[in-house]
Amino acid sequence: MKNSYDIVIVGGGPAGLAAAVAAKEAGNDSILILERDKELGGILNQCIHNGFGLHTFKEELTGPEYADRFKQRVFELGIDYKLGTMVMNIDGDRTVTAMNRDDGMFTIPAKAVILAMGCRERARGALNIPGYRPAGIFSAGCAQRLVNIEGYMPGKEVVILGSGDIGLIMARRMTLEGAKVKVVAELMPYSGGLKRNIVQCLDDYGIPLKLSHTVVDIEGKEHIKAVTIAEVGPDRKTVPGTEERYTCDTLLLSCGLIPENELSVSAGIEMNPVTGGAVVNESLETSMPGIFACGNVLHVHDLVDYVSEEAKRAGQNAVKYINAGCREGNTEGNIEIVAESGARYTVPKTVDTGRMEDLLTVRFRVGDVYKDSFVSVYFDDERVMHNKKRIMSPGEMEQIVLKKNDLADRKNLRKITVKIENE
Amino acid sequence: MYDVVIIGAGVTGAAVAWKLAEYDIKTCVIEKCSDVCEGTSKANSAIIHAGYDAAVGSLKAKLNVRGNEMMDKLCEDLDIPFKRIGSLVVCIHKEALPGLKELYDRGVKNGVKGLKLLSKEEALLTEPNLSDDTEGALFAPSAGIICPFELNIAMAEVAAMNGTEFKLNTEVKDIKKDADGSFRIITDTGELRARYVVNAAGVYADVIHNMVSAQKNHITQRRGDYCLLDKQAGGHVSHVIFPQPTDLGKGVLVAPTVHGNLIVGPTAIDIEDKEGTATTAEGIGELTQKAGSHVKSIPMNKVITSFSGLRAHEDNNDFIIEEVSDAPGFIDCAGIESPGLSSCPAIGEEVCDILKKLMNLKKKENVITKRKGVRRTEGLSAEEMNALIKENPAYGNVICRCESITEGEIIDAIHRPLGAKTLDGIKRRTRAGMGRCQAGFCMPRTMEILSRELGMSYEDITKSGGSSNIVLERTKEEAER
Repeated sequence: MKNSYDIVIVGGGPAGLAAAVAAKEAGNDSILILERDKELGGILNQCIHNGFGLHTFKEELTGPEYADRFKQRVFELGIDYKLGTMVMNIDGDRTVTAMNRDDGMFTIPAKAVILAMGCRERARGALNIPGYRPAGIFSAGCAQRLVNIEGYMPGKEVVILGSGDIGLIMARRMTLEGAKVKVVAELMPYSGGLKRNIVQCLDDYGIPLKLSHTVVDIEGKEHIKAVTIAEVGPDRKTVPGTEERYTCDTLLLSCGLIPENELSVSAGIEMNPVTGGAVVNESLETSMPGIFACGNVLHVHDLVDYVSEEAKRAGQNAVKYINAGCREGNTEGNIEIVAESGARYTVPKTVDTGRMEDLLTVRFRVGDVYKDSFVSVYFDDERVMHNKKRIMSPGEMEQIVLKKNDLADRKNLRKITVKIENE
Repeated sequence: MYDVVIIGAGVTGAAVAWKLAEYDIKTCVIEKCSDVCEGTSKANSAIIHAGYDAAVGSLKAKLNVRGNEMMDKLCEDLDIPFKRIGSLVVCIHKEALPGLKELYDRGVKNGVKGLKLLSKEEALLTEPNLSDDTEGALFAPSAGIICPFELNIAMAEVAAMNGTEFKLNTEVKDIKKDADGSFRIITDTGELRARYVVNAAGVYADVIHNMVSAQKNHITQRRGDYCLLDKQAGGHVSHVIFPQPTDLGKGVLVAPTVHGNLIVGPTAIDIEDKEGTATTAEGIGELTQKAGSHVKSIPMNKVITSFSGLRAHEDNNDFIIEEVSDAPGFIDCAGIESPGLSSCPAIGEEVCDILKKLMNLKKKENVITKRKGVRRTEGLSAEEMNALIKENPAYGNVICRCESITEGEIIDAIHRPLGAKTLDGIKRRTRAGMGRCQAGFCMPRTMEILSRELGMSYEDITKSGGSSNIVLERTKEEAER
């Protein structure tokens, strides 16, 4: 490890690895990845199911295999990394403070920092589920680690609250390990996960998915014994008389992911309350010059392929920033991108035509299920894009692509609006 | 034969053990749970009350004020986080202002120092997030916030360091009085004999009392639901904020915790079940609504956990700390509800005074009166951190990222006197798993350390003893290996 680096990447999961490889391939030789776990790869290491990499590698890989493709590149390219290392602080002047067993607490001044810390799961406490607080309640990802990494089964009779992708994957995993998954309850009237996971992980195993249902009681003083599930109305309040009791020894929670931005917030980076991630421009640069963000710490993705693609851009842009003498590059001023009417947010939130590539992918999610609706893009008040989509749902990311030429033609353009329209 | 057996290792039992450990006697503490601080002592407001609430002349008033006075030295000696941040009782109806004055007068009679009635303007200046309806407030500078786990654990540790035995996972089934005046305590793990018995059994104090006395006691479980909010909300208020008290108690308070969270609660619901610590949607709804009446804009979307605790309410609404008249040598500490935490060191003294009259209590030589808590890394400078990591690299390995708790701290918690043997035990001693992700990240890592340090199999690791096992068995794949 050197005393200073051009680029310090916080997190060695899929985003951090892809950013590092891209930065190196863009010509920078001074890159350090800081990873808190014992190995690189992040959460992919415990995602032993397949379905990763269809976009990136045109083949179906398991999580560890997908991670390994990037890890091998990191090794081949000789990129420095530190394992078992927790980043404790990031300063606005891009000094990173980290700690591990061997080096103690150390600081590394960097020219650019890439935030790639990923996300965490929403815990029971934040869901305010009433009842006892016994053993046997896990976030789905925690249970996934226990099963896939440690090799232990939490229980044999499982109820899952929330239909996020990790919960769906764990429904299948626990079933294959001999457990009985009795029901998946989802508070919302739609699933939070990918359609393919509902088909492959629930439908194929006959596991019922109850939409507009939630857990209203947890029984068991020491270990969970049963839960009560009830229907909720449009106001998300319980409908009396719909309560059903399920005996179980395990309750898994898959109720949403939260970008892990404690470091970003204490660095003073501007956050987007909708995504829980940083506000970024077309270069994936945050409100702090030279600090970039990508992957699930920026906004929660549905597919890792998009994480890799986004992280690649963050890595390349960090190198551009350094090559420009750590100054803002060629700038034409910011055009704001606004999400409206069903589109919940966009990443990025601003675009500068002076810096943007020929094509810029803008990703967003919708707030409800939309059938036969249109994704519309307005340049100021003029509708310039109107694409029909058969179905859009909150569990899947949507995207539009902006062309530099289109924007460059309109010198006075101030606002780009993305919205969902019925017609 | 023990000189004294204390039943219960909550804050009352631990305080009695802490005080008795100064004397040259053989003492044993029996606890039905797998750790100390597993009942009411772990689930309360974490407040050291000033002492204006309790009726003039009551034992609650006397011991609260005395306990409050003892707290600074105790916390310094035992290395417990304690902050005297003061409390405000807020009046939101003009017609209720005389009630504040009554409380003030009662406090003065109880011997509470520094009480002050604040005007609306003064109150809002002291605490800007008070309700817009605020009409005035009673300020009590001597109220404080504490870590109840640490207080309980530290007193027990000191007792253990001075030779007090602790029998955990041991439940008292019956108590018999022998002809020689001593007691036979029949437990699920065997029989013990003692000359004197101290009943500090919390919500079970009536059950234990009724084993030896014909004059039956009755304890009501008064459940209180709480919400604990993220540290981002910890600065919402800077004092302990109470509404005006009612017959059911001091009402729903809003306060920062010593660790920087915000606590909101408790409700007050009388229940039959002595183990009924389940929260309810109604309870959480009620506390949210009630807290909002005297503190505005509480960010309830920042809740990281909710829980409930049971107050051991005795029918006469006062502490009972006395030798049972028809069972000489048997001393009750019953009805120890709020302000029990505030009073606990004084309760220890009180029981000791009773025993002094019954037996020959001789001061021990070389009594250990001080204890260092788990060595914390929080707030250390880089130089201090590096010195510590050099000495023990485990302090460089962060296990709980939310609270920044290192492996070194967890190992310390496991190997100290009365060390942690469960995940909750580690949580209460170190705060690992107490942050916003509620152990979602660190649980498997903590299990690995617990398994390694105590030679436990993963299957035997529990959340809090009993049947609270975390995992059931090996996966099929692992079992076939």
